[in-house]
Amino acid sequence: MATIRVQEAPFDQQAEHAALMAGRADVGGIAAFTGICRADDGLAALVLEHYPGMTERALAEIAAEAERRWSLTGCTVIHRFGRIGPGEPIVLVLTASAHRQAALESCAFLIDWLKTGAPFWKREEFPDGTGRWVDAKAEDDAAAERWRRA
Amino acid sequence: MRVMYFAWVRHKIGISQEEVSPPADVTDVASLMRWLAGRSPGHAEAFAQPAHVRAAVNHAFCQPDHPVGPDDEIAFFPPVTGG
Repeated sequence: MATIRVQEAPFDQQAEHAALMAGRADVGGIAAFTGICRADDGLAALVLEHYPGMTERALAEIAAEAERRWSLTGCTVIHRFGRIGPGEPIVLVLTASAHRQAALESCAFLIDWLKTGAPFWKREEFPDGTGRWVDAKAEDDAAAERWRRA
Repeated sequence: MRVMYFAWVRHKIGISQEEVSPPADVTDVASLMRWLAGRSPGHAEAFAQPAHVRAAVNHAFCQPDHPVGPDDEIAFFPPVTGG
């Protein structure tokens, strides 16, 4: 059963890592992806909006799909919303498995599908007070598509 | 039915949600978008290019031909940009 959290507060990656190993001896590896706010074009902050209720459901469905495709001992997806400054983490994906291939592949799958399948929207804010909504990228669609099964 | 707006769709319309009672010929997401576009200049701007707007019915992504009814929660938003 995956751990899914949508929260405004920062997360503790070490604590989440430890939680995937607590009380078990069958974990052979944990893959991690941390998405971080870049300071593109002098960005002051990203403001992330989401759709409460639908977001949790979408993330749980994506995690369940990862658990169907790979043999995982655990899986954690934490996505923040609200105002996030350059250098701050936005999203954490951890996948634990007996063997590295399942952990590494499922981690890549989760972040690729999450980017196109969970209802989050980023707005860039600049020091002069202006802002702009981030456009969806075609390469993100292509990254998600490579995991699609016929 | 409850209609919710997110990101630049919400910005253009100026509100995040509203209760609406569309006429009987509004039966799917596409016809709801056309009807909503007539409610205000902001709505018209938000739905000016329907292909740029995505929708969810009752928390699930859906296509423009998905049916809608009085008890549904329908959300309109741009393509998602999380991660």
